[in-house]
Amino acid sequence: MTKLVISSISPASSVQDGGRYGAQRFGLTPSGAMDRLGLAAANCAAGNALFAPAIELGPYGAAFKALGGAVRVALSGAPRSAEVAGRMMAPDTSVTIADGETLKLGIAQGATFSYLAIEGGIQGEPMFGSFSVNARVGLGSPFPRPLQAGDELSVAAASAGPERWIDLPAAVTGPIRAALGPQNDEFGDDAISLLLDSEWKISATSDRMGYRLEGPIIKHLHGHNIVSDGTVNGSIQVPGNGQPIVLMSDRGTSGGYPKIATVTTADFGRFAQIPAGTSFRFKAVSMEEAQAEARKFAELLRTLPDRLGSIESFDLNIEALQGANVAGVAVSAIDARTWQVPANALTQE
Amino acid sequence: MAAPLSPPRLLPSGDSAITVEFSRKIDDQANRRVLALDRTLAREPIAGVSETVPTYRSLLVHYDPAQIDFTTLGQKLAELALRPVPSSEKARLWRVPVAYGGEYGIDLEDVAKTLGTTPDDIVARHVAGDYRVAMLGFTPGWSYLSGLQESLHMPRRQNPRLLTPAGTISVGGVQAGIQCLAGPSGWHLLGCTPVRTYQLHRDPTFLLEPGDLVKFYRIDAKTYAEQERAAEHGEIIAELAAA
Repeated sequence: MTKLVISSISPASSVQDGGRYGAQRFGLTPSGAMDRLGLAAANCAAGNALFAPAIELGPYGAAFKALGGAVRVALSGAPRSAEVAGRMMAPDTSVTIADGETLKLGIAQGATFSYLAIEGGIQGEPMFGSFSVNARVGLGSPFPRPLQAGDELSVAAASAGPERWIDLPAAVTGPIRAALGPQNDEFGDDAISLLLDSEWKISATSDRMGYRLEGPIIKHLHGHNIVSDGTVNGSIQVPGNGQPIVLMSDRGTSGGYPKIATVTTADFGRFAQIPAGTSFRFKAVSMEEAQAEARKFAELLRTLPDRLGSIESFDLNIEALQGANVAGVAVSAIDARTWQVPANALTQE
Repeated sequence: MAAPLSPPRLLPSGDSAITVEFSRKIDDQANRRVLALDRTLAREPIAGVSETVPTYRSLLVHYDPAQIDFTTLGQKLAELALRPVPSSEKARLWRVPVAYGGEYGIDLEDVAKTLGTTPDDIVARHVAGDYRVAMLGFTPGWSYLSGLQESLHMPRRQNPRLLTPAGTISVGGVQAGIQCLAGPSGWHLLGCTPVRTYQLHRDPTFLLEPGDLVKFYRIDAKTYAEQERAAEHGEIIAELAAA
């Protein structure tokens, strides 16, 4: 029986997959990964289905030990230092942890959540078709709660095939795109301008249910009580104190505050990755643009497996890395894409 | 002849959902139109629509923008929303047992004092009501009921409680509620039911659906204890009666 033992783990870490859909009408929140691209990329590099259950790792460090066999894993999402028994681990690239070895992960750099996917997945029992942890309602597998030190995950033994890496497109940057509505008519033009023209920060009291925003006070035209209606991931609701809350993956399925705008599907994961205390801005987009971007994002996720490459020999790449450094070629130890050094780079000069 | 139905407002909820809004208030007629549109979409599915969430006054329609766009879906929903609402859709009627007052409903005495009557009279008014499940939301199985007698309408508590028990039967504003899981609430707690409107690994997992009818009846502590044990073992407890 192969196990991945959690020696230590950041708070706000839990098993997440694509989420549980279809029962929002009964009050059941979808949950699921905060950053779907991060989850899908890690799974892809680990050889899994895109939205298989993986470990969503919070902003602090973690250590995992393989027991009873070798375990192959891949890390995507928030960049952070990663090493297995002294060997550097590149992002978006699988690595095999030998029996008894420990994978050590550092603090997230400039983002919040990393995804650690395990080749062959995590053993457990889906609830409503999903492993995703929703601690508030006691759902999730293998534990219906956040992960903690001492937890043991039953996993598959590493396959014998070559390691894989995934060539992700350059990260999208710029303001977080949002479409106005559904209750933008509960706000005056000045309030909407304030939302779009101000700098915002994510409050430290944010969690998987909602991100509280720090910034100017957004005033309602007719008070803050509306009759509850349905919510979506990215609903920007404005409660009585005028400080917006963006509803995240563990949101309630309905809510009673006016929702001034909604973060686009394409930017939801990027928004979820903004660390507490970091400034950002919103930008309003039309429905046509938001939907065009949502289609592009879905297409990127669907075609992720086309971006997979395999690494025939790990040792050879280390040599290439060292050689390239000698030759002055820009190679980053944490960026696997730069490891695929063109043959002539090693022979220049 | 009935007056023609007013068209609903189609509000964009991001790029992957539309809120079909029939009213801005809690409105029984609007809720009937919400549930009618919900049933129509269940009977005549639109490709690309993934799920629907009925509320008191609106229907949230989740969809995949790769399959259908806002304008096309909005037009279809607007057309379907103008179909006449069936006057007598067959609804299920659930009889739900409640232990009132004391440790089961810690606000019963205060509610009676506030409304200038006795706890027994509050219970009598509560069981006399004919309720309809207007929506579920907040946490799994939390059922919001319409049909609360006007003599039981009262503002929510000034200080919401951070934790109220599973199975709580409560009133808040013009609404009555059946709460399944323990959680925060600002409503007035009248009693507790052993019925679990949501139970994992039970068939059905969710007992009540929007549009179902509910009648409450009073049980004593002994019956509550017995039924609670049975519910733990997956019994449904609530009785289904012909409407």
